[in-house]
Amino acid sequence: MEKLLVAQNISKNFGEFRALDDASIEVPKGSVFGLLGPNGAGKTTLLRIINQITMPDQGKVFLDGEPLQPHHIQNIGYLPEERGLYKSMKVGEQALYLAQLKGLSKTEAKAKLKYWFDRLEIGDWWDKKIQELSKGMAQKIQFVVTVLHDPKLLIFDEPFSGFDPINANLIKDEILKLRDDGATIIFSTHRMESVEEMCDHIALINKSKKILDGKLLDIKRAYQNNTFDVGLIATNPTEASSLLTDKFNVQPATFKSINDDLKYRIQVAPDASSNDLLHYLSSLGQITHFNEVIPSVNDIFIETINKNN
Amino acid sequence: MNHLQLIIKREYLNKVRNKSFVIMTFLTPVIMVGVFSLVAYLASLNNSTSKEIAILDESGYFGDQFESTDNTTYVYLDNETLEVAKEQSEEKERYGLLYIPKVAKLDLLADQITFYSEDSPSLNVMSDIEDVIEEEVNVLSLRQAGIDAAMIQDMHINIKAHQETYQGQETSEMGSILKLAFGGLAGYLLFMFIIIYGNMIMRSVIEEKTSRIIEVIISSVKPIKLLLGKIIGTSLAGVTQFVMWTILMFVLMTVVPLIFGIDAAEMQTPQQQELMQAAGEGGIENGIAQFLIEANNLPLMNLVIMFLLFFIGGYLLYASLYAAIGAAVDSETDTQQFMMPILLPLILAVYVGIFTVMDNPHGTVSQIFSFIPFTSPVVMLMRIPFGVPVWQQILSVVILFATFIGTVWFAAKIYRVGILMYGKKASYKELLKWLKY
Repeated sequence: MEKLLVAQNISKNFGEFRALDDASIEVPKGSVFGLLGPNGAGKTTLLRIINQITMPDQGKVFLDGEPLQPHHIQNIGYLPEERGLYKSMKVGEQALYLAQLKGLSKTEAKAKLKYWFDRLEIGDWWDKKIQELSKGMAQKIQFVVTVLHDPKLLIFDEPFSGFDPINANLIKDEILKLRDDGATIIFSTHRMESVEEMCDHIALINKSKKILDGKLLDIKRAYQNNTFDVGLIATNPTEASSLLTDKFNVQPATFKSINDDLKYRIQVAPDASSNDLLHYLSSLGQITHFNEVIPSVNDIFIETINKNN
Repeated sequence: MNHLQLIIKREYLNKVRNKSFVIMTFLTPVIMVGVFSLVAYLASLNNSTSKEIAILDESGYFGDQFESTDNTTYVYLDNETLEVAKEQSEEKERYGLLYIPKVAKLDLLADQITFYSEDSPSLNVMSDIEDVIEEEVNVLSLRQAGIDAAMIQDMHINIKAHQETYQGQETSEMGSILKLAFGGLAGYLLFMFIIIYGNMIMRSVIEEKTSRIIEVIISSVKPIKLLLGKIIGTSLAGVTQFVMWTILMFVLMTVVPLIFGIDAAEMQTPQQQELMQAAGEGGIENGIAQFLIEANNLPLMNLVIMFLLFFIGGYLLYASLYAAIGAAVDSETDTQQFMMPILLPLILAVYVGIFTVMDNPHGTVSQIFSFIPFTSPVVMLMRIPFGVPVWQQILSVVILFATFIGTVWFAAKIYRVGILMYGKKASYKELLKWLKY
C-alpha cells in the first residue's frame, strides 16, 4: 500500500534525555493510524517532529515521497494535545487568522468556515469571544480550524478530551468521514476503545523506542493464542473442573451468564482446534458459552508494555 | 498576505483594541495634565494669601525702601517701642515684624536686625528682606566713604564669555542646556518605551503559553516569525500610543489653561520666575533668537538618524530579551528573577547618562558606556548632541546591532524551546540547557 508519511530512524535528545530512539513509522494513505504508548514515551515529540515544530537529531521524514519541507505545513492539520485559543479574540476573527496562517486566502477561509460552522451548527458563535464559550465549544472550533484547509494528513492528539459522549461521537464520525474523503489520519490517544473502533494501523512506542507496529488485524492475529471462554453446566462439576485443569491451561473467566455454571478461560495447544475442545467439553456436560478470546488493544497494549519493561 | 504581516496585524489590532490599552491611551494624558494643573492651582493658592509685615525702623535709613507687592504688604510703624510693636503685630496676626535698631555705625547693622514672627518665616520672605536691606546699606556705606554708588553701578562691567569651538562654531550656555534637554529626553523616552512595551511583549508571550494556543500557531509558522511579528506589532501599537499621548497632551495643555484661566506664568515657582527674569534681562527676543540659532546649530540630521537607529536597535535588543523571558516562564509571577538582569543595565544607562554625560559628555566613563550595547542607546543618544565623532557613532551602532542579532538568536532559542515547556520551573541552568536543544 502507498505510504503518505514515512518517518525513518528518528532520534531526538533533549540534553541528556533521549526522547526518541531510532523510531520509524509508515502511515499508509487513507488509513487511520493509531500512535499509542504510555505517558512520556515520546509520542508528542514524534508528532512535533512531523509538524516541523521540533527538528530531529537524526532521521528523515517523508511526506508523499518528498523530504519534509516548510511548505508541507499546508498539507498537514495538527490538533495538539496542549491546545487553546486566544481568549479575548472573537471566534470568527480567530478562525480566519488561523486559517490564513495555514495559507488560505481570506475569501477561501470565509467560505470554508461557513461550511463547517453550518455543518457543526455553531454559526451563531461567530462574534462571541472564546472566554464566553465552554471548553467543549472551544474544542469544536479547534477541530474546525485543524481540518479547514483540507490537509492530506490530519494529526489528532487526544481529540476527544473535553467532549461529552454525544459530541465525541460527532467528532469521531467527522474524522471517519474525512478519512472516507481521502485524508490520512494519525491519531494518538489513551482511549483504547476509540483505537479499537477507528484505527486500522497502530504503532506502539515505549521509552522512546517503537516496539510494535502494523495492521491492527495482523497484530491481533499475532496475539491470538487459541484461548476460549467457555461456560459449562457439568454433570459432575468437581470432576469436570479437575479434568479440565489437568488437560489444559485453565484460568477462571469473568463473562456474564444467567446460569450457575462453570466459567473458564481455556488455552488449547497450538496444534489443536476449537472443535477438539468443543468435543471434549460436550462430553463433560452442557455447553452454555463458547467464545474465542480476541485480544483487545487494551490487552495488547498492557501485555507488550509490561513485557518490554 | 504573508505570515509575518498577518501576525503583525493581529498583534497590533489585538493590542490597540484592548480595553485597558484604549483607556490608558486616553486617561494618561488627562491624568498628567490634571496633576500639573492641580499642582499649579495649589501653588497659586498657597501664594495668594497676602502677608502683612510690620517694619519698625529706628535707624531711619529705610524710609521707603520696602515696596509692597501683591503678596506682601509692608507697614511702617512710627514712634512705637519694640515691646508695643511686637504686641501689636501679634494681636493683628501679622506675618512678621522687622526690627531695625538705631546704630552708631552702619556696619553694626550686620547682625543687629531681628525678624519676629509667629512661626519661622519662609526662605523667600527672608531673602527678599535681606536683599533690600543689604542693597541700601551698601549704597549708604559707599556714600559715607565718599564714593558715589551710582558711579559704581555705571562703571560695573558685565562679563559674558563667548564660546566657540576650534572649528569656529559658536556655542553658548543656552546651547548646552538645549543639548542636555534633547539628549535627556531621547534617552528617557527610550527607557520608558522599553519598559512599557517590553513588558507588553512579555505578557503577550505568556498569554500564548497559558492559553495553550502556541503549539497550534507554531505548527503553521516558524517561531522566529512569531517572535518578530510580536515585537513589531507591539512596537507599532506602542508608537501609536505615544503619538496619541503627545497629541492629547498638547491639546489638553492648550485647552485646559484656557478653560480654567490658569496663567502659565503662575504655574512657575518664584525661583523659576526669577530665573526667567534673569534670562530675560537681555531681552526676551534676544533669548528666543539665541534659542533658534542654537537649535539650528545642533547636528539635526545626525541626531534624527542616530535617534532612529539607536531607538530601534536598543528597543529590539531589550524586546527580544523580554520575549525570551516570557517564553521561559509559566506566569507573570515567575518573571521576577529574570527581570533584574534586564532592568539593571537600563537603569544604569539612565543614571550614567544623566550624571556623567551632564558633567562631561566626552569623559572616559561616558565613552565606555556609549559602546556597551545594553547602555549605549541611552548614553550615546545623550552624548550625540554634544558632538561625537562619526566613527564612534558608527562603531557603537554596529556593536549594538551585532549584539541585537546575538540576543535574537538567544531569544529565539529560548523561545522555541520555552513556549512548549509547561510546568517546568525555568532556572538559569535550565535556560543554558535549552540553548543546546
